[in-house]
Amino acid sequence: MRVLAAMSGGVDSAVAAARAVDAGHDVTGVHLALSRNPRSYRSGARGCCSIEDANDARRAADVIGIAFYVWDMSEEFHAEVVEDFIAEYTAGRTPNPCLRCNEKIKFAAVLDRAIALGFGAVVTGHYAQLRTEADGAVEMHRAVDHGKDQSYVLGVLTKDQLRHSMFPLGDTTKDVVRAEAERRDLAVARKPDSHDICFIADGDTPGWLHDRLGSKPGTIVDESGTPLREHDGAFAFTIGQRRGLHLGTPAADGKPRFVLDIEPVSGTVTVGPHDRLAIDHIEGIKAVWCGPLPTEPLACTVQLRAHGEAYPATAFVHDDRVSIDLHESAHGVAPGQAAVMYAGTRVVGSATIALTSRRLADQPAP
Amino acid sequence: MTPAPRVYLDHAATTPMVPAAIAAMSEHLAYGGNASSLHASGRQARRTVEESRELIAERLGARPGEVVFVSGGTEADNLATKGLFYARRDADPGRLRVLSSTVEHHAVLDPLLWLDKHAGAELDLVGVDASGRLVTDELRAAIERDPSNIALISCMWANNEVGTVQPVEEVVRLARAHAIPVHSDAVQAVGRLPVDFAASGLDAMTVTAHKLGGPVGVGALVMRRDLEATPLLHGGGQERDLRSGTLNTPGIAAFATAVDLAVSGQVEEAERLELLRARLVDGVRSLVSDVLVNGDPAAGPAHRLPGVAHFTFPGCEGDSLLMLLDAHGIECSTGSACSAGVPQASHVLLAMGHDDMAARGSLRFSLGHDSTAADVDALLAVLPAVHERAQAANMAGTRGH
Repeated sequence: MRVLAAMSGGVDSAVAAARAVDAGHDVTGVHLALSRNPRSYRSGARGCCSIEDANDARRAADVIGIAFYVWDMSEEFHAEVVEDFIAEYTAGRTPNPCLRCNEKIKFAAVLDRAIALGFGAVVTGHYAQLRTEADGAVEMHRAVDHGKDQSYVLGVLTKDQLRHSMFPLGDTTKDVVRAEAERRDLAVARKPDSHDICFIADGDTPGWLHDRLGSKPGTIVDESGTPLREHDGAFAFTIGQRRGLHLGTPAADGKPRFVLDIEPVSGTVTVGPHDRLAIDHIEGIKAVWCGPLPTEPLACTVQLRAHGEAYPATAFVHDDRVSIDLHESAHGVAPGQAAVMYAGTRVVGSATIALTSRRLADQPAP
Repeated sequence: MTPAPRVYLDHAATTPMVPAAIAAMSEHLAYGGNASSLHASGRQARRTVEESRELIAERLGARPGEVVFVSGGTEADNLATKGLFYARRDADPGRLRVLSSTVEHHAVLDPLLWLDKHAGAELDLVGVDASGRLVTDELRAAIERDPSNIALISCMWANNEVGTVQPVEEVVRLARAHAIPVHSDAVQAVGRLPVDFAASGLDAMTVTAHKLGGPVGVGALVMRRDLEATPLLHGGGQERDLRSGTLNTPGIAAFATAVDLAVSGQVEEAERLELLRARLVDGVRSLVSDVLVNGDPAAGPAHRLPGVAHFTFPGCEGDSLLMLLDAHGIECSTGSACSAGVPQASHVLLAMGHDDMAARGSLRFSLGHDSTAADVDALLAVLPAVHERAQAANMAGTRGH
């Protein structure tokens, strides 16, 4: 099959491309340029959008022996990911831009273009496993390397998108991938992993948002509504945040305080003790199913953030909305993040968290 | 990967070395000898350099002393623009204005922008018409605003993207009335069009080897002896103190061989390339009904380069077309500048009045000494399918936006 390997300049996507060649595919490498002004994005070790990363991807393609191009995705990336990121924070939610990039760029704009250009699939270095069942249906499962598993950020992909995707690293652990890169003479073998948000150069998300949104003063209050201090913008806060609150005086009980609620219009940020973060019910919107639409109440586990734990739950589906009852409380669940539902290791689907609540308000969190 | 047979239609980017130039270079690579050394090996190298200089001068209508060897077109353009600006400004601090066209190669535009930003120059870029040709009335007006404060004028001989020949003769005529020096980047012109430095009236002219069958890494700035220019590279002073650096004897020998062959065969080659270009353009037009052919529609040395065919394919991305053609072994260019490999809309097409979309949907095919009718036919054979796919990819790319 003719396949398109998305090459970030990192070790994972390079090994994924090489494995696709080994599997007998006709592979073309593409680096996605996400900024017209690459220097403004993270460089080198910490991101995937710099000139240096494009060169690393090019050198990996040379070593693997495949054609290589740079695709300018800067307009799409800005419109779909960066602007959405700003809008979500403005609305008091906490977006996951990597998930959004997979949903709108890598497995949408890039995949659509690839298919139109005659490619059968897009290959990436994500850690997740695809299994084709006897009936031809494609299932996505967690990676063998649970520490590296990225099925969460792929949970937004539809059946059609998965049918045109290849994740050659899902059955391998990261250290094996690095060793394989060494063996293949790929210079990126020892390149550090990227972590933070690629379009925020210094990792200072509140500062980056402040530069774009300006000052939007508001008040931090406790649960009784008593003002504690003024702040410069509610977008600097996220549900469950403990650090950087700068409240000065400690709480009456001396316990640490956390962000419980963000009210974007007034800018009021409510803080309180950890046990008030406990929730056990989620209303999800924009549900996406990787397989058949569940009709009965779905016994599943739910993951609520990248690399977070999975909670046993029962999900009830109503069209593109889903109500999820957690069997135990979760803490610090931020609207805007994705709730990804699993049956064992299989990804069943995902939804964007719109609301969270406690079913039994008086019951103390375990 | 099985290497597909390649059809190379990107000669304006670089053209393969001709066998005689490879032979000349290989021969001299085997010799030692620094052309600045005084012993027999040094004298032999010096003799090779000077014979090469004489041959190049003769073929370009210059005197040997006017040929300054440099590392290529970019260095020659930098030396001409910055060197003349500094010298003219030093002679008269009021001379700060630099005139040029909006369609210059980056090797001219960027030094001029740099001078504007860092050295007090005032860059005045003169526009072009829809065919990409400098509007001489605009140039005249720009000169007449204040002829006394102009340091230099730089205007390319022929545009590298769309192939349009510039009115260099007219530029020289306008400048001469005010004794303003004129530089021209002629890297695309030599071997394709008749180029005679003395007859042109130019003060400085850029030439490079790898566009005409010589090696990469050697070129010349042809410049009148009586013109002062400030050197950019200081050191041994090898090239009449205007340019330092050990002379690249094997490269210079191959450069001279290539210039000799390209210029002596220029008329026949231009005729041959015009015929091939017509085959290509007619073929593309018959296969893609809405294609636009950019540049000057008329043939001839006052109009366009004979081997360049530049198209806009409405509703297609140039880089999709390029990638699909590349997969079929056909090599061409989007003609756009690359920054980190990110294709930007061509400044040349934008200057010609195209919008950003059209500028990004363009391709340049450039023919050269080893191009054949079979190459053109190979392109035409795959073009319909490639064009259809590129259109579909464009639709896919714009969905939901």
